[in-house]
Parts: sequence; C-alpha cells; structure tokens
Amino acid sequence: MGVEGIGARVARKEDKRFLTGKGHYTDDMAVPGMRYAAFVRSPHAHARIRSIDVSQAEDMPGVVGVLTGREMLDDGIGNLICGWMIHSKDGSPMKMGAWRPIAHETVRYVGDAVAIVVADSVGEARDAAEAVAVDYEVLPAVTDTVAALEDGQPQLHPEAPNNLIYDWQIGDGAAVDAALAAAAHVTEMRIVNNRLAPNPMEPRAALGIYDAGEDHYTCYTTSQNPHVARLVMSAFYNVAPENKLRVIAPDVGGGFGSKIYIYPEEISCLWASKRTGVPVKWTCDRTEAFLTDAHGRDHVSTVKMAFDADHRIIGLKVDTIANFGAYMSLFSAAVPTYLYATLLSGQYDIPAIHANVRAVYTNTVAVDAYRGAGRPEATYLLERTMETAARELGLSPAELRRINFIRTFPHQTPVIMNYDAGDYEASLKAAMAEADWDGFPARKAEAASRGKKRGIGMSCYIEACGIAPSAAVGSLGAGVGLWESAEVRVNAVGTIEVLTGSHSHGQGHETTFAQLVADRFGVPIDSVSIVHGDTDKVQMGMGTYGSRSGAVGMSAVVKALDKVEAKAKKIAAHLMEADESDIVIENGALKVAGTDKSVPWFQMALAAYTAHNLPAGMEPGLKEGAFYDPSNFTFPAGCYICEVEVDPETGKTEIVQFVAADDFGNIINPMIVEGQVHGGLAQGIGQALLEGVHYDRETGQLLTASYMDYAMPRADDLPSFKVSHQVTPCPNNPLGIKGCGEAGAIGSPPALINAITDAIGNNDLDMPATPQKVWAAARAAAN
Amino acid sequence: MYATTYHRASSLADAVRLRGSSEEAKYVSGGMTLIPTMKQRLAAPSDLVDLRHVAELKGISVNGRHVRIGAGTTHYEVATSAEIKAVCPALCHLAAHIGDPHVRHMGTLGGSIANNDPAADYPAAMLGLGAVIVTNAREIPADAFFTGLFETALEEDEIVVAVTFDAPERAGYSKFANPASRYAMTGVFVARRADGGVRVAVTGAGADGVFRHEGLEAALAGSWTPEAAAGVAVDPSGLLSDLHGSAEYRANLVTVMAKRAVAAS
Ligand SMILES: Cc1cc2nc3c(=O)[nH]c(=O)nc-3n(C[C@H](O)[C@H](O)[C@H](O)COP(=O)(O)OP(=O)(O)OC[C@H]3O[C@@H](n4cnc5c(N)ncnc54)[C@H](O)[C@@H]3O)c2cc1C
Repeated sequence: MGVEGIGARVARKEDKRFLTGKGHYTDDMAVPGMRYAAFVRSPHAHARIRSIDVSQAEDMPGVVGVLTGREMLDDGIGNLICGWMIHSKDGSPMKMGAWRPIAHETVRYVGDAVAIVVADSVGEARDAAEAVAVDYEVLPAVTDTVAALEDGQPQLHPEAPNNLIYDWQIGDGAAVDAALAAAAHVTEMRIVNNRLAPNPMEPRAALGIYDAGEDHYTCYTTSQNPHVARLVMSAFYNVAPENKLRVIAPDVGGGFGSKIYIYPEEISCLWASKRTGVPVKWTCDRTEAFLTDAHGRDHVSTVKMAFDADHRIIGLKVDTIANFGAYMSLFSAAVPTYLYATLLSGQYDIPAIHANVRAVYTNTVAVDAYRGAGRPEATYLLERTMETAARELGLSPAELRRINFIRTFPHQTPVIMNYDAGDYEASLKAAMAEADWDGFPARKAEAASRGKKRGIGMSCYIEACGIAPSAAVGSLGAGVGLWESAEVRVNAVGTIEVLTGSHSHGQGHETTFAQLVADRFGVPIDSVSIVHGDTDKVQMGMGTYGSRSGAVGMSAVVKALDKVEAKAKKIAAHLMEADESDIVIENGALKVAGTDKSVPWFQMALAAYTAHNLPAGMEPGLKEGAFYDPSNFTFPAGCYICEVEVDPETGKTEIVQFVAADDFGNIINPMIVEGQVHGGLAQGIGQALLEGVHYDRETGQLLTASYMDYAMPRADDLPSFKVSHQVTPCPNNPLGIKGCGEAGAIGSPPALINAITDAIGNNDLDMPATPQKVWAAARAAAN
Repeated sequence: MYATTYHRASSLADAVRLRGSSEEAKYVSGGMTLIPTMKQRLAAPSDLVDLRHVAELKGISVNGRHVRIGAGTTHYEVATSAEIKAVCPALCHLAAHIGDPHVRHMGTLGGSIANNDPAADYPAAMLGLGAVIVTNAREIPADAFFTGLFETALEEDEIVVAVTFDAPERAGYSKFANPASRYAMTGVFVARRADGGVRVAVTGAGADGVFRHEGLEAALAGSWTPEAAAGVAVDPSGLLSDLHGSAEYRANLVTVMAKRAVAAS
C-alpha cells in the first residue's frame, strides 16, 4: 500500500485549512460592488397573496431593489422541478404542483419566499424586508403526513387532488397475500420515521454575479453538485444557457443531502443580480435553515412480516405514506420509492415482497434525500420488525437473523436489487464478539442493582451505494445519468491535478483521491492536487451524494489513471529503448523490469511536454479523461449492536456501548472511513434519541426552529464507538469499494430503539426516544 | 440585529443616568440572553447600557454564613468560589451546570434573575435560599421578586446590585436538562435551616415560572430524606406542558429531582 497509497491512514490534507479557519466558503467570497439579499418569507403555512406593497421598503436606507415573484415570472424564470418521474400503479404520472422560486399567488409553508430585497448591508436588507407589506388571505393548513390524505383536508395544489402525489407499488402483492395467509406467524407493526432537519454546520449561501459586458453569470453556492446545479438552472429555470453560467461550489461545510437541491435562493440571487446590476449575496441564518432547507424522512408505515414454521420469512407487506412537504424537491420522488422499497429485502432471503407507497403534499417545507435517503427508513422498518418478531417467536435476535440471511451471491431480491457480494454472518459474528453479547445478562443484573434498566439491541442493515447505472435509473424515471467523470493532468514537472466531478463537503476527497494517484505512480501525495467544484475548471460531473464518490467518482479516476499510465509507459519505453510491456512504475520512477534502467516520473512528464523525443505519431502532453458508468449499485452491509441503560425515574437513556461492524469492501483510508462511520452514527443516534421536526398542527408554524427546541446530538450524548470492518470486495468496480458515507446513519437507529425497548419491556416506542416518551413507555409496561 | 448605541456605565448612578437618556434603552450584563434576542430581532433597544464595569456590582463576600454576591458576578465565578463552596456548595454546583463554558464566563447572576426565564437555574436557588435581592433602590425578598414568566418586581430602570442570604445548614440542587436547550426541564433547589425550616423551589416546571412546593416542604420538614421527597405526589395542574415534556412528566420530575437534591445535600 505504501505510506500514502491505498489503505493508508493518511491524515486529511484539507483539515489544516478547515481547522485553522482558512477555508473558503461561499460566505467568504467578496467581489467589488457586492450587496446583500434578504428574503421576505411567509409567516403563514398556507395563504393566498392578495397584494404586495414594496413602496415603503424601496425607500428604506441602503436599499438597491425590492423584487417580487411576479417580476420573476415576467422575466421567464421557470418553476423548480423534481428530476425523477414516478408513475402511480394506475399508470398515471406523478402529480406535480407548480413551485415558483418566489411565490406570487399562493404560499404553502412558513418560510416560502415572497420577495427579495437587495441592500447595501445585511441589516438594511432585513430592515427593508420587514417593511414589505404583504396582504395575505390565510387558508387552513395541513402538516400531518397521514391527515393530509383524509377527506376534507386543505388542498395544496389543484394538480394533486387529496394532496396525493402518487400511489406507487413494487413487488408481487398476490404472492405476499398468499404468504400471509399461509404463515405460521405474522408480525405486524406501525412504524413512524421521524422528520429531521439536516443541520449542516455551514448554512446555505449564494452569491450571484451578473456580468453585463459578457452577458455572463457566476454563481457561488453551497452545492454538493455544481454541474447539476448549472444544468438545472439553465435547462429548467431559464436563468442562463449553460455556456453563460458558471457555478462554483467552493469549500462546503457539510450537506447530508440538503445541498444537492437547487433552491429558490441561488436562482433569485442570479436573477436579482441582473435586475439590480450588482452582485447579490445571501447567507442563510440558522432559523432560516430550519425553515427552508429540505427536511428528511417523515414516513408513516405499516408492516406485516410472515414466517413459516421454521421461522423463515415467507413474505413482507409494507404500506408507507411519505410526506413531501409543500413542493416536490429535486430528488424527492425517488426517495420513498427506488431508494427505499428496493431495499426492503434487507440482508434476508425473502421470496415475496410488496410495498405500496403514497406520497403526499403538506404545508411544510419540502422533504428530500437526507443522509441515507430511503435506506434508513427501510432499515428501521425492517430491523425493528425483525427484533419484534424474534421476541414474539421466542428466538434470540441473532438466531432469527441467521436463519434468514442471504448466503449466496449474486442474489436477486424480489424488489429489483441484485446483491453482488457480502458476508452478513461475518459482521454479525464480529459485532457480537466485540459487544460481548453473551456477557449481557450479567451486565443487566448489575445495572438492575443500581436501579437502571439495561437493554441490548441489534440491527443488520444493508444499503445501496454508488448510485447508479445510468440506463437502469433512466428506465426507473431518473431525469439524469448517474455516471461520474475524471480528468488526470500530469504537468510538465510531474505534479498531478485530478479534476473530478465529485464534490467534497466533508468527505476528504483531497486526501483519498490523491491516495489513488500516490498508490499508482509512487509520487508523493503532496504533488497531487484535487480540483473540484467549479464548472469552468472541471468537466461535467454528477456530484456527491448516496456514497457515490468512492464507487463511482474514484472509478472514473482509476479509468483516467489507466490511460495516463499506458501513455507514460510508452514514453518511458521509448526514452529507455525498452519494450513497453517491460516498464513498471515504482517509487516515482518508470523502470525496465529486471534492469537498473529507470526514468524518474518528472523526466517522463517533461519529455511528454517538450515533445522532443516522443514515439512516432504520439501527441504531446499527458492528460487523460474518463467517464465511468457503474454496472450496478454497491451493497455495503453490517451489523450494529447498541447497549443502553435507562433511568426508569426520568426516562433518560444512556448509551453505554455501541459496536459497528461494517463491510464497505476495500478501504482507501481507514481513518477517513472511521470518521464517516462515527459521524453517521452520531446522526443516526441523533434521529433515534433526540431530533425531531415539529410543526404546529393547527397553524403550521415550525415549533423546532432553533437549537432551543431542536435537539442535536452533543459529544456527551454519545459513547466511544467500537468500529470494525469486514471485507468482501465489490466485484463490480475496479477498486472493489462499496461506500461508507451513510451506513452509520442507516444502521444505528433501529439498534438503539431495539435496545431501549428491550430495556423497558415495551415495544410501543417511536423516535426520537426522548426521556418523556421512554418514561411513559416504561411506566405503561410496568403497570 | 437592529442598530443600537452602546454605552459603558462607570457607576450605578451613571448607569441609571444613561438608561434614562432614552426610553428604549436597556441594561446589558453578560449579554447571553439579551444579545441572542436582539440578533433574532425580538428585542430592539435603541441604547445598551453595559453594567460590566460598574464596581458596585462586583465581588463575593462571605461573613460567617452570611453571603453577598454582586449582581455582576459570572456563573463561572460563583461555580469556582471557594468561599461560597465552604458554606453553600449547592449554589456552586448549580452555577457550574448553567449552559456551557462560554455562557458561564459571560453570563451573570444579576442578568439571570432580572431576566427570570422560567427554565433558568438561579431563580430556584434564590427562592430556595430565601435570598434578598438588593437593588439600587431597595431590598426585595425572593418570594416577592419573581412575579411570572420573564416578570420580576423590578421597576423599569431598577438595577439588581447584589443578592444576599444566610447559607442554610443543608442545600442541594438537581436539574433535569432539556435535551435541546439544556436549560432546566425541571430543577429543584432544596434547603434546610438550622431551625428546621425547609424551602423547596422548583424551576422549569411551572406554567408561571419558578415556585415553591408546599407539599415537598412539609414532607422534608418532617424528614429530610430522599424517601420523604419520593413519597410526595406532585399535582400536574399548573405545570408547563410543551414539546419536550407534558405536565404529568414534569410533575414526576419534580418529585425525582427533589429526591435527588436531598440526596446530594
Ligand atoms: C447557550 C446558552 C445556554 C444557556 N443555558 C442556561 C442554563 O442552562 N441555565 C440558565 O439558567 N441560563 C442559561 N443561559 C442563560 C444565561 O445564564 C444568561 O447569562 C442569563 O440568563 C442572563 O445573564 P446575562 O448576564 O447574560 O444577562 P443579559 O443577557 O445581559 O441581560 C438579560 C436581561 O437582564 C437585564 N439585566 C442584566 N443585568 C441586570 C442587572 N444587574 N439589573 C437589572 N437588569 C439586568 C437586561 O436588561 C436584560 O433584560 C444560557 C444562555 C445561553 C446563550
């Protein structure tokens, strides 16, 4: 592997600038003449706009312009779109209501933008925003996932009667019904997956710059996928044609999915820059982020799991309602369908599965992919049901899972996915050993002597990463392909730039992508720079989400490296008058195998650019590009075991042990992978124990709009994690890697809830398991 | 934040004068409550009169069991005061669990009780200790000082100068932190005097802010034991019900925190 190659624990190159405050984020960007934007936002969850009076605001000090949605419409700026088409089971296309970047007729959630104010300072912009007088006719609102479908509820969009966006299904319903009828045992549950706010450390921001001389736009923005932002803004929102629009996503402080989407604000800043003639910057504050960042999860499901007399699962029936909020965000349609229901087989050999999913509009902010996107919802549903079934059947949770594990690969599930490789037993074994599963009864007894209720729970998750084969997702409704691109540029002095369409916003690409190059050519990692996040520098790419940068983004780099290596060897062979097939690359030199002849890497590079002595017919230079389209998803899997102690007097849960045993395939940098797992676990534990978005049911006001009410996990909420890896290489990509970015957030919630319900002896518990809820559930069990 | 004008007061008299210069002026001490409120545009004082450099508000003195704490004393200073610890460690414990280190180094006792947040910790201590709030105009017993949610007996321009109390024989404070804000979801301060008098003050739980609980006081006057507290059922009516905890849950917490406070005393 080498000290800086694949598999090495290389310290993150980017951390120095992040940790010393030298990062360059969108809000750090300043250009001459720049002014500041503030948005006027709806205080109502649902209202018709009777009129907007901007005259007073326009006269406020420092105000450059006040613009409304009507003017935006007049300028031909398009509606926001959902980029994935889902058809209902009756064949009809999903029912998408119009989403205007700035509303001019109807507002549909608290925070919906109704005007943008541009002023000399942030303070003046906000002062003027308060002076914009909007006359609203307030309408009744619905925020609840289940209630939205009921008769007589407020209707959000005329296009979607009963607020129903689609009614979709997958799998063989008749086969599942037959299995349920024939079952020796059926476990039934109602499962709620709580709504979350993504809370990246860096709030969203945008800087729109219109250059009238060039008729050209530049947009700095907090994006996980700047090329997709450019594509969508140009093809659908009519901001500008792609060649007239440069999108730059500089350092981005976390995204977790919420920065995939193209939001009203970046469109508005670009448009407002042209309208007002000044560069326009907007930076979100934290409450604005709670109000307007796309939320995650929010499913309500029922599940029936059928077992035969040997405790084998013979059928699974799932019915889910997914809350999409007021508008369909960019990927929303795919989340509770192809990213969720296709994972309902979990790690188990289930012959028949049927899932029905209804997506609904409510008067809440849009809901879209959030770390794990669909897979956490599938895993939580399945793994809580498995644990419940084990309790009902009187089996140990491990035993029930073992009986049902898939053990041969490839394995075709009844819900599209074809698992390529895995060893679920290995992770289960490793986790149980690390957790000292067998010693639990003694620990429980000891805890009881201290008045604490101790519980243990497990979860065996699977997920699909490396999204995704383009033709396959195209056939399922995706509006884009999900390949990735790379270009490797060897400079004349031998240093190397890798231009990648992936985007790093915490993942450490500047280190891991460079490790690939160091590994391949034996050059120091410091001589390799990773270039990303700027549509003017980097070729079209699809960005980072769904743990795709390793399996897809790095695979593109590998393909480009193959081409560079081939050409470098040709040049070296020519310089040393050797046969190309005898050239090996070691420690930064190209050598003739078995001889002491060698050419240093930089000399070969120089030769490529001087072009004084190249093989006949060879083009000068050394720069190769590649596009990589994966042939399948990848399937990371693992087993998590959580042990808790509950204080029965207060309901407070303490996590006393958390074990994660993951199979991510081959690993490029174990330290970064562990960091990803730790962060994912913190987020999953946050969901299970602390976090939850609440809207007032009557008024639709967001009750959890700051950290006073939205509980984020803190260091002392978390234990020290015990993390290990089992490795079955992915057979479908050149590096054999699967992806690790979301596993922690996917696998941990059910393990934690299973541990709490084990501790208190009451299975009737929803996330987040706040002290109040656990106390009430424990009391109900005791009475 | 709306624009505001900052003034640094050099004395109590100077502070009152500066505040009187505008109807919309406000005192600021640690700013740990007021500044976030201004940033959210929920408060818009035209002028801020900074009390942090007023000598009369400084200092901790302990004479025998008589304690005087200047209003400008930070939570950190109270938490780490050896003099207070010697006579009333419960107060140091309380101060040590307010917010985080930043907040404890900036926030002040005077600011906390003047603000009287229904989930703040100090009001429980003041009421439980039977403290006297000394202002630039008068002395107000704690029982008369805390009058409702974010409401006190203070006049518009009145300044809390210090608090005084006689350290009880035994005292304890136990707080169940709100998982999000870490303010008190319920905090109970218990104190017993040498003459057997008991005071029990509850913060975080009351729909009208901090209050004394007679049932707990009677039970603990009879027997200063955790068991005696545990035997008291608290009536949920009049308690706060919100996202984080129902009145029933808080009623339970009052009993449990009282029990733990006695155990810690
Ligand atoms: C992140 C965070 C966590 C916190 N956690 C807790 C917690 O767990 N428990 C808790 O109790 N508190 C908590 N607080 C609040 C903190 O204790 C504040 O410091 C305190 O409530 C106010 O004190 P201050 O000196 O900062 O007052 P300021 O914010 O300066 O002022 C508050 C109010 O009091 C008035 N005022 C200030 N000083 C005087 C005076 N001497 N006389 C008259 N009026 C005055 C001001 O005009 C203002 O109206 C937290 C605060 C933050 C930011």
